[in-house]
Amino acid sequence: MLVIKCPFCGERDQTEFTCHGEAHIARPENPDELTDEQWGDYIFFRQNIKGYQYERWSHDHGCGRWFNALRNSVTDQFVDTYKIGEEKPAIPSDEGK
Amino acid sequence: MVETAIKKVSPLDGLAGPVGGNVKLTSNGFVGKVIIRGDSDNKDFVMAVKDVTGVEIPTTALTFNEGETYSIYWMGPDEWMIMTPEDGEVALETALREKLGETPSQVVNVSDYYASMRLSGPAAREVLKKGSPLDLHPSKFKAGNCTGTRFAHATIFMVQRDEEPTYDINVRISFAEYLWNYFVEASREFG
Amino acid sequence: MSQSNRIKTGGRIDRNKPVSFTFDGKTFQGFEGDTLASALLANNVHLMGRSFKYHRPRGVLSAGSEEPNAIVTIGSGKRSDPNTRATVVEMFDGLEASSQNCWPSLNFDIGGINNKLSRFFPAGFYYKTFMWPKSMWMKYEEIIRASAGMGVAPEEGDPDTYAVKHEYCDVLIAGGGPAGLSAALTAGRTGARVILIDEQNEFGGSLLSDHGAEIDGKPAMDWVDAALAELKEMEEVTILNRTAVIGYFDHNFITAMEKITDHLGPQDSNDTPRQRFWKIRAKQVVLASGSFERPMLFGDNDRPGVMLASAVRTYINRYGVLPGKDMVVFTNNDSAYKTALDAFANGGRVEIVDTRVDPKGPLVEQARSLDITIHTNAAIVGTKGYRRLKGVEVMELNEAGDGVKGTKFHIGCDVVAMSSGWNPAVNLFSQARGKLRYDEELTSFVPDHCQWDNYSVGSCNGTFTLEGALSEGLEAGLKAAQAAGFGEGQSVPATPSAPEVEHGDMRTLWYIPMDRPLARGKKHFHEFQNDSTVADIHLAAREGYISVEHLKRYTTTGMGTDQGKTSNVNAIAIMAQIRGVSIPQVGTTTFRPPFVPVTFGAIAGHDVEDLFLQARKTPMHSAHDRNGAIYEDVGDWKRPYYFPKAGEDMHAAVQRECKAVRDSVGIMDGSTLGKLDIQGKDASRLLNLLYTNAWSKLAPGKCRYGLMCNEHGMVFDDGVTTCIGENHYHMTTTTGGAGRVANWIEEWIQTEYPDWDVYATSVTEQWAVSILNGPKSRKVLEKLVDIDLSAEAFPFMAMKECHIAGVPARIYRISFTGELSYEINVPARYGLHVWDALLEAGEEFDICQYGTETMHVLRAEKGFIIAGQDTDGSVTPMDLDMDWIVSKKKGDFLGRRSFTRTDTARTDRKQLVGVLTEDPNVVLMEGAHLVRELKDKPPMDMLGHVTSSYMSPNCGRSIAMALIRDGKNLKGQSFMVPTMSGKAHKVTITDPIFFDKENKRIDGEPS
Repeated sequence: MLVIKCPFCGERDQTEFTCHGEAHIARPENPDELTDEQWGDYIFFRQNIKGYQYERWSHDHGCGRWFNALRNSVTDQFVDTYKIGEEKPAIPSDEGK
Repeated sequence: MVETAIKKVSPLDGLAGPVGGNVKLTSNGFVGKVIIRGDSDNKDFVMAVKDVTGVEIPTTALTFNEGETYSIYWMGPDEWMIMTPEDGEVALETALREKLGETPSQVVNVSDYYASMRLSGPAAREVLKKGSPLDLHPSKFKAGNCTGTRFAHATIFMVQRDEEPTYDINVRISFAEYLWNYFVEASREFG
Repeated sequence: MSQSNRIKTGGRIDRNKPVSFTFDGKTFQGFEGDTLASALLANNVHLMGRSFKYHRPRGVLSAGSEEPNAIVTIGSGKRSDPNTRATVVEMFDGLEASSQNCWPSLNFDIGGINNKLSRFFPAGFYYKTFMWPKSMWMKYEEIIRASAGMGVAPEEGDPDTYAVKHEYCDVLIAGGGPAGLSAALTAGRTGARVILIDEQNEFGGSLLSDHGAEIDGKPAMDWVDAALAELKEMEEVTILNRTAVIGYFDHNFITAMEKITDHLGPQDSNDTPRQRFWKIRAKQVVLASGSFERPMLFGDNDRPGVMLASAVRTYINRYGVLPGKDMVVFTNNDSAYKTALDAFANGGRVEIVDTRVDPKGPLVEQARSLDITIHTNAAIVGTKGYRRLKGVEVMELNEAGDGVKGTKFHIGCDVVAMSSGWNPAVNLFSQARGKLRYDEELTSFVPDHCQWDNYSVGSCNGTFTLEGALSEGLEAGLKAAQAAGFGEGQSVPATPSAPEVEHGDMRTLWYIPMDRPLARGKKHFHEFQNDSTVADIHLAAREGYISVEHLKRYTTTGMGTDQGKTSNVNAIAIMAQIRGVSIPQVGTTTFRPPFVPVTFGAIAGHDVEDLFLQARKTPMHSAHDRNGAIYEDVGDWKRPYYFPKAGEDMHAAVQRECKAVRDSVGIMDGSTLGKLDIQGKDASRLLNLLYTNAWSKLAPGKCRYGLMCNEHGMVFDDGVTTCIGENHYHMTTTTGGAGRVANWIEEWIQTEYPDWDVYATSVTEQWAVSILNGPKSRKVLEKLVDIDLSAEAFPFMAMKECHIAGVPARIYRISFTGELSYEINVPARYGLHVWDALLEAGEEFDICQYGTETMHVLRAEKGFIIAGQDTDGSVTPMDLDMDWIVSKKKGDFLGRRSFTRTDTARTDRKQLVGVLTEDPNVVLMEGAHLVRELKDKPPMDMLGHVTSSYMSPNCGRSIAMALIRDGKNLKGQSFMVPTMSGKAHKVTITDPIFFDKENKRIDGEPS
């Protein structure tokens, strides 16, 4: 059971949140110009990294805001959480340990 | 047109409260509630709300500001709840919408969406700890704080009024009976 | 003789409070402060249970939560608590206990025959034997469970209550012995929030049994009392006794179970919960969980009377019980000498069998000085006695310790106190992903490193001296508090002095050889509860199960309720020996929660019966109760399913309701529909993004139906959205989809289009919705409203704001039945008032209350879909034959690009069609498949399945909808629908609209 720092409300219990998978997947601006394969990448394919990954969460039972997080999927430790639109934090150098 | 006496019904009507004096649970009746959304960096928005309510929009997370008639509660970075005495909500809604005009915003009457109940008494905090994963220690969540959180299976919006402690709990009316009964059962051990 | 093993004085029992209790129906006496185990031992009862597989008689092994043998049922009837360890059950007057795993009685157990047949019950026996034939496995399992099962769970409801509590702290300390108390002191003194937890009734841990231990020149328990007194004065310190930490999860999330009334026995009132389940978030954790003594693995080491040396000492010093008069202490180290000395001091006859060639040190010398016989370089090779130990056979060890020599001799005794060294209780540390290190000197695993903030102190850290424990505790407590932001600048106080005698070296023999091959005649149990022996480990190795994970499962080592607290390390070491590798190379399994068994009641807390799940109710619920509604669960909502009249079953009620609506007028509660208020200049832009059709030109007061697709192009919700005013819309969703759609909208607004001027807020519960349906709807409504309801003034797909029965309302003229229909929305507080007013106004038209089932039938008659019933996440608007709602002009919207993907654009996808049975009385089962050609048995060429199917009284026959491959092109063709019972029905594919195809009824009867 994780502790997650909502960028607005502060540290809260995981049960107040929902995880929505990989972050920073922008909706293509001109879907018509994409091949089926490119569109398929957008709608189906996610990295599911073993290690540090950028994720989207929402604070459903709190302020209702969506935000991003950098989490290590192996250790379940969060590097940081940040608001939508903010620059993503760098992946720590211990990657691969 | 047929005219009959108009009856108002709250989901908390007729529900028995806790036994004993360490936890009190009461209905706050039909307190008026209006949600307002907008950008607190936009002066027009902030001023409009101030003009209509006489209260400053709280921009510090988890806090609220109280005025004579209205109080404004932070629900999220672009979302606040304004509470008014009973039946004040329609006039408030109209006044806000008029004042805000073209300013990007939303004004929604949610007076009937939420039921509001007051949980207080020496053991009130202990009752809340049974269902809420929030840190309720007096140094962490205190009088003057408000927040969305959950209690058991219900999402709630909670306000701490004083250090007795007294909490006002707002919950969607469809969950109100469940939540009330949960509080009553959870209070039983405190007498 | 009553309490024949009770020592005259001493112990921490209250001799002024005698209690009586029963075990297997027989009455015994004990004292408050006893455990069930100590009280039985005081009465010289060693036989407390039978083992799991061989049903061998078993006595008590330990004096704590690691107990594998003395597993009993406490209480009876509703309050029976199976699989309880007698060693942790506190005594109260009237306690009832009974043994398990035996039939007809503990003394004569028919299953004991398994022991005689044990050559045919080796490890892996169940897996090997009952695998074949596969189809019988379920049956075998039933039989195995019944004969090998543990205690029996009560079948009646539990009369007790339980509670859950969430808590936070800066420093959590698991364990209230010398190390834990020291940590609590230094952490507490900083003002940090501290929670100190111990599973026993009293704090002190090992000191409770350590007669003669001193701290700062005074009895150690004086120090414990002083520490507790100081801690109790600290406002931010919470002290929890009778509370077991059972789980240590990520981010320092700790679960613990507190026993509140268990030690008092059954209570008359259940106001006070029996147990409380704590969910604690700690910034820092100090683990002071102590250690477990290892049993010696010698032939027939499971006889009642064979106990751990430290446990014997606990019974003597803490409970005032000498478990037997004639004791043999069997050890490889000095710590068991303390047991020998204490037993001797209390009048026991003691002999020591020591595996070491030349044991020395103060404790050994002390024993010698008392003329206690010490057999050095010796080992017990077998025992005498079945239900109670009668003696042991001893031989000399060879140099390597892997064989015996010389003459076997017999020592008569009724207790063996054994010690093969100690294992730090690293269970919680390991649960928290902590990595262990093997310590060669201690011959045990100790904590190494962990990603979460914790400190292991005292014997769970491999520190076995009292001074060491105190010192580590004091330091860790302060460090932890400082890491949590308290006690800046404070320094660690001096460690109190606690001198101890030196201990000599150990001679670790992982199992004790015999004068004959292993497993011949006698069993070396390493895992008592699951009856796993050293020979089973050899068998596992021979059969290739050499990894620790395979070993565990093959031999069931560590899989009992005690989680292998006394068995795991021995098993790993023996496997290492067999494989000729080091112990770390074999490795350990990961410890899992719970550390000790936990009741389901405690986990559930108050979430039982009516509070198990939230029942969401509409504002009209009391009217539905009054009017005899039968409810359907829709998500968490209680929705009226149908309203039976006297003598009606569901079918009759629904048929009547369906007719009544189309013949006159019906009313249903639509309050559960999802509703969203949407405002902002970009509101119509948002609608254009979400829905497949165009929204830019919807005028105020007008309604429009829309389909929502996800980005895969699949339909996921539908509903009507109405323009309330400029840049202001009211959206409705399905009942079940309300939350999903609200989140969906927030996701797009917040993450992709934060610059748009649009906000959406849920108003589902703000509005109570009464829906009138049927040709006479207008006639009912006009009695209550202040507006013109004529079709000209208030046309289909329009909304009017008005008053109804004196309260403000928004009325939407939309229809889910094809009839004239009004969806009357009023603020929820007036919902009941308006519902009752409508019922009264409708009386003259025989207004019919109807539920969700009638709604389903009526919409199906018109071929209207229900998202989630006729769609399943793989259906496009085109598959629904709803191309008309997909805009070709408005530009992009969610899901649009997917419509041209090769798979989505196929013309032979499964498509929604109508299905009519040849026999009009046959109602197909929803989910039934249409097949191209009927065969004797599967597989058959399946075309698709029925999604909706009803008996329609308005059509005078059954109707159905189905998703059929290339269905649009199959209309008019006939196929078969095989049923579960082996029959088959002939059906014809049709258009899905079965009633009023021309839509003539929408305006109802003129007023």
